[in-house]
Amino acid sequence: MSQANLEIRRISGHSGPVPGVGLKRESEVAKLIDTTTCIGCKACEVACLEWNGLSFSDTTFDNSYQTMPDTSWNFWNLIRFNEYEPDGDGGNLMLLMRKDQCMHCEEPGCLIACPADGAIVQYANGIVDFHQDQCIGCGYCITGCPFNIPKFSPTSRKVFKCTLCADRVSEGLEPACIKACPTGCLHFGTKEEMTALGESRALQLREQSGFAHAGVYDPSGVGGTHVLYVLHDATNPEAYGGLPKDPRVPWTVRLWKYPLKWLGNFAMIAGAVGIFVHYLRFGPKTVEPDLEIPKKGEQP
Amino acid sequence: MSRQSQLLPNGRVLRYSFPERLMHWVAGISYVYLLLTGLAFWTPWLFWIAVVLGGATLSRELHPWAGVIFVIAVIWMYRTWAAQMKTTERDKQWWRSLKHYIRNEDDELPSEDRFNAGQKSLFWGFFWCSLILLLTGLILWEPQWIPWNLHILRLIAVIVHPIAALLTIALFMIHVYMGTAVERGSFGSVIRGDVSRKWAARYHRAWYDQIVHNEEQTVSATSAAPAKE
Repeated sequence: MSQANLEIRRISGHSGPVPGVGLKRESEVAKLIDTTTCIGCKACEVACLEWNGLSFSDTTFDNSYQTMPDTSWNFWNLIRFNEYEPDGDGGNLMLLMRKDQCMHCEEPGCLIACPADGAIVQYANGIVDFHQDQCIGCGYCITGCPFNIPKFSPTSRKVFKCTLCADRVSEGLEPACIKACPTGCLHFGTKEEMTALGESRALQLREQSGFAHAGVYDPSGVGGTHVLYVLHDATNPEAYGGLPKDPRVPWTVRLWKYPLKWLGNFAMIAGAVGIFVHYLRFGPKTVEPDLEIPKKGEQP
Repeated sequence: MSRQSQLLPNGRVLRYSFPERLMHWVAGISYVYLLLTGLAFWTPWLFWIAVVLGGATLSRELHPWAGVIFVIAVIWMYRTWAAQMKTTERDKQWWRSLKHYIRNEDDELPSEDRFNAGQKSLFWGFFWCSLILLLTGLILWEPQWIPWNLHILRLIAVIVHPIAALLTIALFMIHVYMGTAVERGSFGSVIRGDVSRKWAARYHRAWYDQIVHNEEQTVSATSAAPAKE
């Protein structure tokens, strides 16, 4: 695919400028997931497999409705089922259902950690996409992601994840999961529209449904995401099955990719220069020709 | 180390035996491959190195295996050399006169044994960094080996692995510079195995004196029975 047409904003492991930046005005897209109206039908899971041509794999029964314990390299969209007792006494048991997939971070830890030129790109519309033909299979994206999303395929030795149906979106279509959702809990549009829609739904939940802490999940630690959640209780995202409260690009990854890299590069260049200057100043050591060596049977 | 004569018939001194040279180059060649591929993964500016070496996917696959070979060579070196790498009183003196070493004023230096204090530091620096690189490298090798609840291990490894690697790069740069450009004759010693007597006496006087002393004893022992010259 032409990278210019896809309007790439950022490229992993890339030393030059980025084609497609500022090519034309493009509003950022977002997916809104209203967990309060999800019925756990898994139509989105099937639509994701169908559209992306992923093979059906064995599911694991886990004493829950959840299809399998975790997303995998060929299963990018998973509804996580979690029993939650907001009052802690079992009196108000809730079955929380959260559609788990790539969050398409504004500050993508996977892309920052990736050393392969062009293996991970961020399009101008905010979608973070993996290009498996450039992927070297190092797994650093897995290290950089705070959401446990990129999954390594031991067979192809590449990493895969949700593309937000970048191919559909570039043609003006909504992602497959959105298309399949029967309750209207999934929405797709510009980031501003989805934020406004989510906030109005959260307000409704707070004022009319008694969910005092209802809110929109758009974590600022990763610069915001292009997948937004409406949560019954935005103060406790962990209850939805491993949704981190304050996700960030891990500090060790930041330290490694920014200060350490520049410090290391500077030190290596400075070391090479230092060695060269030392040689100019002092040159090689000499084994002096008149050095006396006592030989066998000789007086020194 | 000087059980048999190290004074060669051609008048030179045997410095490194064949096994020592072999293990040095197993370590050296695997290290250079690790360095080049590692630098390719380190910065986009040097990603082209991986392309030149057959593609970054291949480099990613072979880098860990080269690491295993390198660590095996390092352990081999440990078994061969560790006893000779202990810090002695001489080494402390050597460090105090480091500035003379740097300024090539070797007359001011204490008489050194087979390995000088700098070489010993190189050995121990590489030894410990190699173990750290092995441990962190094993964590990073196959992503599916580390489950998400042990994710912290990968987070530690991605920062410790390059720090240890940078330390070895500093040691490596000094080692290559000293061994090829500064102490002329060193490179030959790790290729052919021998050095000139003058070289031995100049840089490792204590070692050389010991060899000559042993030789004299051997000669006097064997020449006791036959007629005098």
